[in-house]
Amino acid sequence: MLPRKGVWVFLPLIGFIALAILLASGLGKNTEDLPTALAGKPLPQMQLPSLLRKGNVVDNRLFEGRWTLLNVWATWCPTCHIEHPYLLKLAQRGVAIVGLDYKDEDAAAKNYLANLGNPYVEVPVDASGAYGLNLGVYGAPETYLVSPQGDIVLRHVGEMNERVWQAKFLPLMKEPSDIKLQVEAQ
Amino acid sequence: MIAEIGHLSLWLALVFAVLQGVAPLLSYRSQRLSWMLVARPAAWMQWLCLSAGLLALGYAFAYNDFTVRYVSEHSNSLLPLGYRISAIWGGHEGSLLLWVWMLSFWGLLVSLLRGKVPAHVNALVLAVMGLIGIGFLLFMLLTSNPFDRLLPWFPLDGADLNPLLQDPGLIIHPPMLYMGYVGLSVAFSFAIAGLISGTLDPAWARWARPWTTVAWCFLTVGIALGSWWAYYELGWGGWWFWDPVENASFMPWLCATALIHSLAVTEKRGLFRSWTVLLAIVAFSLSLLGTFLVRSGVLTSVHSFANDPERGRFILCFLAVVIGGSLTLFAIRAPVLRARTGFVMLSRESFLLMNNLILLVATFVVLLGTLFPLIGEWLDIKVSVRSPYFNAFFVPLTFLLMAFLVPGMSSNWKKQRASVLAKKLLWLVPVSVLAGSVLVYLAGSLPIAGWLALSLCAYVWIAHGVDVVQKALAFRSGVFKGLRRLTAGYYGMVIAHCGLAVLVAGITLVSFHEQEHDLRMTPGESAEVGGYEFVFTRLVDREGPNFSAKQGIFAVTRFGQDVATLTPEKRRYYSGGQMMTEAAIDSGLMRDLYIALGEPLDSDAWAVRIYYKPGIIWLWLGAVIMALGGALAIVDRRYRRAIAPESELSAEQPGSDLPDRPAVETSTKSPQEA
Repeated sequence: MLPRKGVWVFLPLIGFIALAILLASGLGKNTEDLPTALAGKPLPQMQLPSLLRKGNVVDNRLFEGRWTLLNVWATWCPTCHIEHPYLLKLAQRGVAIVGLDYKDEDAAAKNYLANLGNPYVEVPVDASGAYGLNLGVYGAPETYLVSPQGDIVLRHVGEMNERVWQAKFLPLMKEPSDIKLQVEAQ
Repeated sequence: MIAEIGHLSLWLALVFAVLQGVAPLLSYRSQRLSWMLVARPAAWMQWLCLSAGLLALGYAFAYNDFTVRYVSEHSNSLLPLGYRISAIWGGHEGSLLLWVWMLSFWGLLVSLLRGKVPAHVNALVLAVMGLIGIGFLLFMLLTSNPFDRLLPWFPLDGADLNPLLQDPGLIIHPPMLYMGYVGLSVAFSFAIAGLISGTLDPAWARWARPWTTVAWCFLTVGIALGSWWAYYELGWGGWWFWDPVENASFMPWLCATALIHSLAVTEKRGLFRSWTVLLAIVAFSLSLLGTFLVRSGVLTSVHSFANDPERGRFILCFLAVVIGGSLTLFAIRAPVLRARTGFVMLSRESFLLMNNLILLVATFVVLLGTLFPLIGEWLDIKVSVRSPYFNAFFVPLTFLLMAFLVPGMSSNWKKQRASVLAKKLLWLVPVSVLAGSVLVYLAGSLPIAGWLALSLCAYVWIAHGVDVVQKALAFRSGVFKGLRRLTAGYYGMVIAHCGLAVLVAGITLVSFHEQEHDLRMTPGESAEVGGYEFVFTRLVDREGPNFSAKQGIFAVTRFGQDVATLTPEKRRYYSGGQMMTEAAIDSGLMRDLYIALGEPLDSDAWAVRIYYKPGIIWLWLGAVIMALGGALAIVDRRYRRAIAPESELSAEQPGSDLPDRPAVETSTKSPQEA
């Protein structure tokens, strides 16, 4: 049935080594590092209603003049719940976070912020997910770093925490006003 | 205090795992049996220590000890006790503890239910299990300790268990699945022990076979439960999503199914030895891979735990050691294992080989589809592989599998004359086409693929029914006496095969005949779906222990007769503010009626999903029947009686497996190699 002698006995091992290299590559990059086609480009044009200030329209002017985090969240997303306390901490340190409420129900979102605290300077509502599509959102939570010029600098998929903040976000924020932030964080 | 005892007992368990893993291997060369036998008490102690750890974590949950980080993240003082207990395996650290505990439990069983396995082989098997245990215990203690404290600032109340997991289905789904995953470690350990000692003979297959079948049964039930849970809890009405984590459980299942069949060949004929060993290694490797995929964050999925690359790196190294090591051992030792007997193109062996090839191709298809996001990154394409890809492969593969199943079951070992087989089976073709057509007529019109699927189901059922009667008659002592003389192993096979056909019939019906309607309804309105009238009577508020809910009340009638009252809910959990859809289902043998409340629209209108799902329950019924078949096969007498000496092994006694051919079998001993 099988060849008398031969290399076939090594085939499973070779197959596994290939698989392990593939997995290791996935591990190194991690799905959190989904590259964004928009890196270095301006934030897509935003015209969205505000969740908490009735009648207000949120647009790109909100992002000008300071480093801003754009956090894509929703009440239906368990990981958003996990990262929420950390976002509150960041907000306390003076980081401006805009929370894009993604494919969510307004009432539930209001309740969520009322119960757990609101880390956001503003909450634009993207009920249909159309803005998320422009932004290339893969799934909540995602966090984008927007420069004072209104350009997207970084995209992070998944939970925000101290490790990610220190390793990925802080090194990119080189404006003098942000060095103060860095000192406070340490 | 209790948590510290739990933590300590995990370290103690590690000590015993080291003893269990290392002592037999070190003393194997010098053949000091008394040292090798240390593995047995070590296995018992490891199990005791891990049981203490599990109890300690259970205690922390039961008494709401929110100073333990894991408890505070996965429980809440409002959570009912049952869910507080099941929250033990609601997150990464605790489910890992359950995993290791089960590994030690299998170890305990292997050491106690030794049967006629020689003591040194038993000790080697335990040693391999001990080594696996060391890896997992280190992983838990170094990266994911469930007993970490949050001191001095601990929360007054916990963050609550993910509402998706607050469900009776989820209390038993992970333990069942883990029993299956971990159970495959026994077959794996037998394979490694066999490679080390060089005794991979039919007796070896006979020892490994019942363990594999038990693990396979648990895996079958675990996967079915997961699919059932997704169906009624996720609120999408689907039963399989080809999600990476579902695939991670499906791959070991496919492989274990192949392993069961190839073990049969190795036990009966002494063939496929290296192939069987390889399958045992691959099946367990795939369940380790599943663990890696869920916990490393390499792939995103609804099932993933909050993850951390540190853990991913650890598991990957562990995988490299376990899988890489065992495949290297295989490459070095496999050439020794070749059997010198052969078989001709047409025989039971060749059909079982076909079965193995089909199942392995299926495993490969799933593996490729699951890992495609990673491969795509290399090739610089971002595509998510979804059901069309999997269906394109699985429909024809399933058809092939069912088509080959019947001639395989009806063939002789070693050699089958084509003309005899044709005479035995050809009549089945028109009969099953006819029966399939009748089924299609009863079910309502179906496309060609559906008609083919139902015909194949009829073909499997009829062939097995006829085969049982023929084999019973072959004893020449009347049908009923004959039926009693057929073995449990044989009945197990028949039942499992028929269960597969039930499952396929269910999938066919629900795929082609389900009706799904997304409607906008206000109380008082009604809708007609699948011949049933659904009246949205009213909407009420309801308070649960840790949530508040809007409950819709629907009266269902058919031809003016009451069928059921369904009460789907939209829940908001207090702790996290999460909204959850609780679907309401009226289950029946022929159809399920399924209602889920979507979102509230303007005024008091709601988005309502109404599904009519014919035959969907057969899916899970089919899986349960398959598992029952497996369970029946395990109680077969031949696993309990004394292991016969080598020369008797191939001399099948009447009634042991092939009752109608005792005379042929006794004369064809398979020559054993040195």
